[in-house]
Amino acid sequence: MSRLAGRFAELAKEGRAGLVTYVMAGDPDTTEAQKILDGLPAAGADVIELGLPFSDPMADGPAIQAAALRALNNGASTRKALAQLKKFREKDKTTPVVLMGYYNPIYIYGPERFCKDAAAAGADGLIVVDLPPEEDAELRPYAKEAGLDLVRLATPTTDDSRLPVVLEGASGFLYYVAVLGVTGTRSAASDDVSAAVARFRKTTKLPIAVGFGIKTPEGAAAIAKNADACVVGSALVQQVVEGPAAEAAGRVHGLVKALAGAVRAARAKRTA
Amino acid sequence: MTQLNSYRSGPDERGHFGIFGGRYVSETLMPLILEVERAYAAARKDPSFQKELDYYLEHYVGRPSPLWLAERLTKALGGAKIYLKRDELNHTGAHKINSCMGQILLAQRMGKKRIIAETGAGQHGVATATVCALFGMSCTVYMGATDIARQAPNVFRMKLLGAEVKPVTSGTGTLKDAMNEALRDWVANVEDTYYIIGTVAGPHPYPMMVRDFQSVIGRETREQIMGFEGRLPDKLVACIGGGSNAMGLFHPFLDDKDVAMDAVEAAGLGLDSGKHAASLQGGRPGVLHGNRTYLLMNEDGQIDEAHSISAGLDYPGIGPEHSWLHEIKRVKYVAATDDEAIEAFKLLSRTEGILPALEPSHALAHVARIAPKLPKDYLIVMNLCGRGDKDIFTIGERLGVKL
Repeated sequence: MSRLAGRFAELAKEGRAGLVTYVMAGDPDTTEAQKILDGLPAAGADVIELGLPFSDPMADGPAIQAAALRALNNGASTRKALAQLKKFREKDKTTPVVLMGYYNPIYIYGPERFCKDAAAAGADGLIVVDLPPEEDAELRPYAKEAGLDLVRLATPTTDDSRLPVVLEGASGFLYYVAVLGVTGTRSAASDDVSAAVARFRKTTKLPIAVGFGIKTPEGAAAIAKNADACVVGSALVQQVVEGPAAEAAGRVHGLVKALAGAVRAARAKRTA
Repeated sequence: MTQLNSYRSGPDERGHFGIFGGRYVSETLMPLILEVERAYAAARKDPSFQKELDYYLEHYVGRPSPLWLAERLTKALGGAKIYLKRDELNHTGAHKINSCMGQILLAQRMGKKRIIAETGAGQHGVATATVCALFGMSCTVYMGATDIARQAPNVFRMKLLGAEVKPVTSGTGTLKDAMNEALRDWVANVEDTYYIIGTVAGPHPYPMMVRDFQSVIGRETREQIMGFEGRLPDKLVACIGGGSNAMGLFHPFLDDKDVAMDAVEAAGLGLDSGKHAASLQGGRPGVLHGNRTYLLMNEDGQIDEAHSISAGLDYPGIGPEHSWLHEIKRVKYVAATDDEAIEAFKLLSRTEGILPALEPSHALAHVARIAPKLPKDYLIVMNLCGRGDKDIFTIGERLGVKL
């Protein structure tokens, strides 16, 4: 069983939702970024999304845009992101890591080589934001060969006629982008989210992770009642700049702890 | 291998020109792109849509634009006979409005209430603000903060026309970032908003649709040159940033084997300087803004900043159909530097009494290079796609004149 499938099976057994944490590779610099990544599992992250920096992140809001630029200005690259993951994997063999980024750096790296190198570095899946099902045939076979799940996105605009297109060939989990907009701007309304999650469950057995617009422990808890996992990104990345760069890891992990606590308690509260 | 019997049949049903083009957008945008595609396919087949567009092009934009035999320019260069397609005489002073008119009519058919656009030099922003004022639609234009500083007159024009101009400070604060920001706006406002893209780039169907709307330039040229000369031209020349004016002139002639085509990229400070906007000659294939095309980027696939004295050519990419025409060698892609463009600007101003925009000044620089060596019965048609009033401050600064 893949790490992702294994982790979601464990979560189902525990009867709780998972916390997926997004951080940007190389942000704010190589050393601190490593500390941030390495400490996520202990702080309570069940799954990690590691952002690959890109100069033109058109699906991201200001927080993640700024994170990508900080990383790039400090010498980050796709190659270095894989090196960062490899170092993490030397210590952590169990936490699934999904690489999330845009297609151009992967295309330039070479899709086949990228999938091989990412898998060798310890990645479990890929989310390529600007590679919709219509175009991902140029990456999918290589991802499959390397044993990487290709995670697809569904959005509030994904209606019942579109959903089968999204689900065809999807693996790992289904990532529900809960708001119309870029990352970290609007807040997701939990009622709409539960309706969408219920709709998806009718057509797929994949675990459903909900992201975009979840900022606080309370927000995460509300989503965690129904979804299999909730994803927090912008709010974590924002912690990097909320104080001295050398203490960024502490701030990020502090928020992860609070989020993990809220996610773990969410369903207990419901039944109480 | 099957023989290619037409250069004009692209793109395929998934929006590809060879390996270029496509729909590389996030899932949130995908249903929107498909909606635009369906709406445009229906409009394209509807004679009443074309009739309505023709009406506005004739009575509001002022089409057809003249084809002008530039006799004094021809004499000054001493070779080929040079015709200028006067698209700078359109309302708003450039070719951009051809496509804005088509797209706003489409937006109305789709029941959209709000228009967004990106702009670099401000010409596309002004054209978009203009059609929005004409049809009473709300208009938001994204413009890089760097460009706002160097194109103040166009910013003011857009505001006078009732548009909201939103400065973009993310990334490098130029055209590519304005396009990112417009895409972000669109994702957040899918219900009521239509995005008028300014060039033959972006996700399918935009490269095809903008080309179709701009092709009026080439269709008129065909008819006009037949009227003057009784034959087709030997060569077409146009400048190229994203490539909409070039695509509009070239497309109706692509299957005429005897018509050669040169497109002129902005070489900035020189192709070897690293400070240019020549995506085809200095870049390689990549994926940005919804399509695969030639891009300026570093070895890690991070997009580089473009440079040109002309803000309208200052884009690190190019329309995907151009990338395809480049690879199959149907169109020849050359370049002209900032300095050559300034010289060409001066030449046309004094020989023909026309101040060209800095964008077509690049095309003219190439014409000035090749015309002297060509015979007198060799016919060149150059697209004079914009007028130079907007550029007098840039040129004044360059020539050391304080305005």
